[in-house]
Amino acid sequence: MDLNWSADQEALRLELRGWLEHNLADWRVEIGTELSGDTREGFAQQLLWEQRLYEAGWSAVSWPSAYGGRDGTLWDWLIFEEEYWRAGAPQRVTQNGIQILAPSVFEHGTQEQKDHLLTRIAAAEDLWCQGWSEPNAGSDLAGVSSRARRIDGGWVLDGQKTWTTRGAFCTHLFGLFRSDPDSERHRGLTYLLVPLDLDGITVRGFGRLDGDEGFAEVFFTEAFLPDGAVGTSVVLGEVDQGWRVAVSAASTERGLLRSPGRYQATVASLLELCSQRGADESMRRRVAAAWMRVDGYRLQTLQTVTALMDGRDLGSEASLAKIWWSELDIELHEIALDLLDPDAELEGPWSKGHQFSLAGPIYAGTNEVQRNIVAERVLGLPR
Amino acid sequence: MRFALDEDREALRSTARALLTELCPASAVRAAWTGTPDNAAWNALADIGALAVLLPQSEDGLGLDETYLVPVLEEAGRAALPHPLVETALVAAPLGVTGLIVATDLGAAVPTAAGGEKVAAPTKAAVEGAAGAAVPSATFAEAFLLAAGRGLRLYEAQEVDVEPVETVDASRHCGRVRPRAGGRSVTDDPEAVAAAFDRGALGTAAELLGLSRAMLELTVGYAAERHQFGKPIGSFQAVKHHLANARLEIEFAAPAVLYAAYAIARGQTDASRAVSQAKWLAGSAAAVTGRAALQCHGAIGYTTEHDLHLYLKRSWALIRAWGGADFHADRVAASISL
Repeated sequence: MDLNWSADQEALRLELRGWLEHNLADWRVEIGTELSGDTREGFAQQLLWEQRLYEAGWSAVSWPSAYGGRDGTLWDWLIFEEEYWRAGAPQRVTQNGIQILAPSVFEHGTQEQKDHLLTRIAAAEDLWCQGWSEPNAGSDLAGVSSRARRIDGGWVLDGQKTWTTRGAFCTHLFGLFRSDPDSERHRGLTYLLVPLDLDGITVRGFGRLDGDEGFAEVFFTEAFLPDGAVGTSVVLGEVDQGWRVAVSAASTERGLLRSPGRYQATVASLLELCSQRGADESMRRRVAAAWMRVDGYRLQTLQTVTALMDGRDLGSEASLAKIWWSELDIELHEIALDLLDPDAELEGPWSKGHQFSLAGPIYAGTNEVQRNIVAERVLGLPR
Repeated sequence: MRFALDEDREALRSTARALLTELCPASAVRAAWTGTPDNAAWNALADIGALAVLLPQSEDGLGLDETYLVPVLEEAGRAALPHPLVETALVAAPLGVTGLIVATDLGAAVPTAAGGEKVAAPTKAAVEGAAGAAVPSATFAEAFLLAAGRGLRLYEAQEVDVEPVETVDASRHCGRVRPRAGGRSVTDDPEAVAAAFDRGALGTAAELLGLSRAMLELTVGYAAERHQFGKPIGSFQAVKHHLANARLEIEFAAPAVLYAAYAIARGQTDASRAVSQAKWLAGSAAAVTGRAALQCHGAIGYTTEHDLHLYLKRSWALIRAWGGADFHADRVAASISL
């Protein structure tokens, strides 16, 4: 047991801190008024930011340098996250590609797919959105009904995806399509990589709860997807075996999508708000409780990463983290709104963050489904 | 960076679990409700060195630190051991008190709602206020470590009067303790008292984790067996979600308890805060788990015939001993400049 960072890790932290300080200021001068990354204009601003990150080797620190990473460990990734959110840097508009698609490419992709796709993800050249949800398949992902019909030289896609985050601004979609028309549930699905500019694909952006055009629905009408449409094979993993590929990503998404660094930064802002607004005894206790839960998440993550570094898998226990951080995020923002009192209704970072936090228990599988997973697969309760 | 209970600590846990499973089953806890606890488990813990983990090898101890004791204390909690392991091994032993079963009033030396001045340690007023508190294990302890002025004094059993008091968990064997005469000073150093208090709170947090795990396991087992509406009740989502919530609280309290032990062992400046965080999170986990366990057991859990109440009532006592939720939240608030 040793909870000290190594000299190299401390050096990485300092280097990153300095880089962020300088480049954030520089980028903010470049773009003028910083807008939400869930609007078209804000998304474009943040692509400029993503390119800075990539060029300096920060966009995916734990990836091999051959793919634009830094050959870092998960510890380096944790340090990156702490410093990134501490600095007040913007959300990562490339997150779906880096954190959800890429782990599946590393695990299930061919060498050619890795060589072609990964660097372009890290460099924000290809902008990926996820095509999981459909009007009738949300938490119940196995209910996917969008079809992929095999023809000579490619696939013909039909159907609809929806609640696709930043779909209206992205260039590519990864998702599950029913390739065996006689199949049911999680069998007969194929994980496909789809450029969004194909004939027969229509993307319509629409407002999320916070009013930004951060959602999209994607319609596929006899859209022809050539076999090499993404510069390499469009099938990730085996045909009809897409469920396995998607599930491996789901565990990553739930477990490590939101690092403790985010909430450490939020709780630090909350402490500032407290000192500006003043807090009575019961408010101080609420804030202290939230601080303890955030720090509990940090400590639990140190144990999780130790286990991952020992070669253990992040299995169903990832659901515990997802429930914890998503509900904690709401708690932090509700405390802030209570401190702001009538000013809580003003548009601003806290009201915006509050609305975003409310999505946490819904996306990446609702918390009701996560609690079922904990009960059945961690505790062993009967189905 | 490496944060895990490595092999040697896990080995100590397995040894403790094996002997407690054999020598301190629920029936032994139940027996301790009506009579002095049987010393079989206690003696076996002494034999493996569990009472002397923190003592140097030159004094026949194991020469290890608090991070080794935490897994043993979790197991003691899981078994609802009716002996003062925290008081003896974690509070008294580092003060040089060894070889005796020790009771102390230090865990009561804290107002449950710490008003006024934010306390980094039990204040003088609080320590004096502990006089007359219900002291666990008082009816069978061999030595008494009592708050006195700014320090702690040690009395042998024949030097005090013990007036037994009835408690919700009768296996606690609480009594009001009044020194008659004699005794000797163990320390006059308020910092040593504060450190002893922190160790007691840490140990209690570890026991609460173990109690929570015991209650959760008992309930998962019951929910798989008990059928209603033609199915095991554990297949219903409402029941699943109660138990998932309990598991969630335990998951995020356990690392904080281990970290507090690490912070104490290393003499880190954030040790007291880490202890408060651990006690608060472990107390919350025990409260959530206890409610879920009782609810999911239904009427059978609401009896003294079923074993659940042995663990549940112990957890109620420990959640509030060595500082309750408000005391520890206030201590954390003060340490983060709130």
